[in-house]
Amino acid sequence: MNNKCMERLYNGIVKENPTFILMLGMCPTLAVTTSAVNGVGMGLSTTVVLLFSNMLISALRNIIPDRVRIPAYIVVVATLVTIVQLLLQAYVPSLYSALGIYIPLIVVNCIILGRAESYASKNGVMESTFDGIGMGLGFTIALTCIGLVRELLGSGAVFGYTIIPEEFHISIFVLAPGAFFVLSVLTALQNKFKAPSATNGSVPPSKLACGGNCASCTGSSCMSNHEVLQTRKKQMEEEALAAKKAQAAKKEAEAKTAASRKEE
Amino acid sequence: MSKLLNVSSSPHVRDQVTTQNIMLDVAIAMIPASAYGVYQFGVKAALILLISVLSCVLSEYVFESLMGKPITVSDGSALVTGMILGLNMPPAIPLWIPFLGGVFAIIVVKMLYGGLGQNFMNPALAARCFLLISFAGKMTDFTYSDAVAGPTPLAALKAGEAVNLTSMFIGKISGTIGEVSVIALLVGAAYLLFRKVISITIPAAYLITFAVFVFIFGQHDLTYVLTHLCGGGLIFGAFFMATDYVTSPITPKGQILFGILLGVLTGLFRLFGGSAEGVSYAIIISNILVPLIEKISIPVAFGKEGK
Repeated sequence: MNNKCMERLYNGIVKENPTFILMLGMCPTLAVTTSAVNGVGMGLSTTVVLLFSNMLISALRNIIPDRVRIPAYIVVVATLVTIVQLLLQAYVPSLYSALGIYIPLIVVNCIILGRAESYASKNGVMESTFDGIGMGLGFTIALTCIGLVRELLGSGAVFGYTIIPEEFHISIFVLAPGAFFVLSVLTALQNKFKAPSATNGSVPPSKLACGGNCASCTGSSCMSNHEVLQTRKKQMEEEALAAKKAQAAKKEAEAKTAASRKEE
Repeated sequence: MSKLLNVSSSPHVRDQVTTQNIMLDVAIAMIPASAYGVYQFGVKAALILLISVLSCVLSEYVFESLMGKPITVSDGSALVTGMILGLNMPPAIPLWIPFLGGVFAIIVVKMLYGGLGQNFMNPALAARCFLLISFAGKMTDFTYSDAVAGPTPLAALKAGEAVNLTSMFIGKISGTIGEVSVIALLVGAAYLLFRKVISITIPAAYLITFAVFVFIFGQHDLTYVLTHLCGGGLIFGAFFMATDYVTSPITPKGQILFGILLGVLTGLFRLFGGSAEGVSYAIIISNILVPLIEKISIPVAFGKEGK
């Protein structure tokens, strides 16, 4: 049990990092990371929502009818977001005004809905909670990295402390194009140094119609079908192995008969 | 074996033109404008050109060495990118800015997309726009080295002041290093046309569309149109940057479309935009649209005309 929880944390932070590997939730990622503090704030708000939404949805997964599950998830998430929004407004108004519209937009964040749909609705409360924490921390770390780089290059500061004189600020980095530059370069570095992510392993070629490689899939079905695909992949591999064995046995038998005929 | 009897597969007709030759011709064509820039703005201009060329060539060399790729510095494309970038700099710029621009042009715009022939927009112009957004104040500070401050003719025109057309034609105005002297640019352009490095299609379509646009939507006055034609980076852009092989359409039909698009966009930016100049943005936006232009300008194969 404990092991499974740790695995979920590792999975969320490194293996399936929502920003650098799953490429989910790009809108807040690109929009609010003008400084490291904003990145941390956005990441932690999302983490809180993700944690409780995963917990609640996992607990309610047997009660929610399958046909109306998405509206039900949205209601849960929206309630949590409203709570977070009011708390931020009350206790950290500076962050609240910096994040602006992107706080209410957490409701439609793909990471939250994605985890609810693909994980929390199929797994126990404990695992789902840790999955939420892992994904949220992964998101927070990614946003902080992007925010750090953009803040350093664009406004010459680290967490608000100016270290580069204003003359040398490359202000494009605090504007929208800079977000794309930094995100793409950080993702490229992650690929280059082969972080142990889901996309970097040497995946054996699959016979599945879609290729079976969820990392390169553009369809929306891959997330929810991940497990089904994995089991089918295994089945196919086993079948292929069995067929190979049968063929080898057949060949051997043929060779034997041929040899015996020669002897005759 | 005699050449006549040599049996080989096609292609049989070969040409001596290489990337290196073309790039060298483009570089030669930019010499008049560079020389005038140095004459007008002093040694600082030469230093800016030198630094941006060095920065481009070095970035290409370092990137290719680090990535274990064949070194393509000798094809001269980095030299041309560096020269265009340098000519696009205002003379009062701090020297580290062209250096940064060169690194951005080569590494981000060219090498990351796969090197020469794969870049989706003109590297020098992309770098200029990158610098223009990043250092808006420094990039639009057109003070002479002898501290003659003054707006560019286009800015003056936008503000409703009178400008001297003759001095604009010769180049006795403020502006970026390479764009000031129309006559020097035209000499270079004539050289390129004479050497058949560029065809007249894109610049002609560009300039005519722009002139018509300005005549209709600006003032119905020939001097006004001529001032707009000679002002800013229009001539430089039309002959040296819009005609870049990699980022312009291949077919003549596509090139005409491309030129019209450029003319309309430049006119829009200059007459209705917030800033006085719009050539760079017009060219890089049209660069991005080139794949679409190519799609609708595919020539009909021989024998399929009737269908």
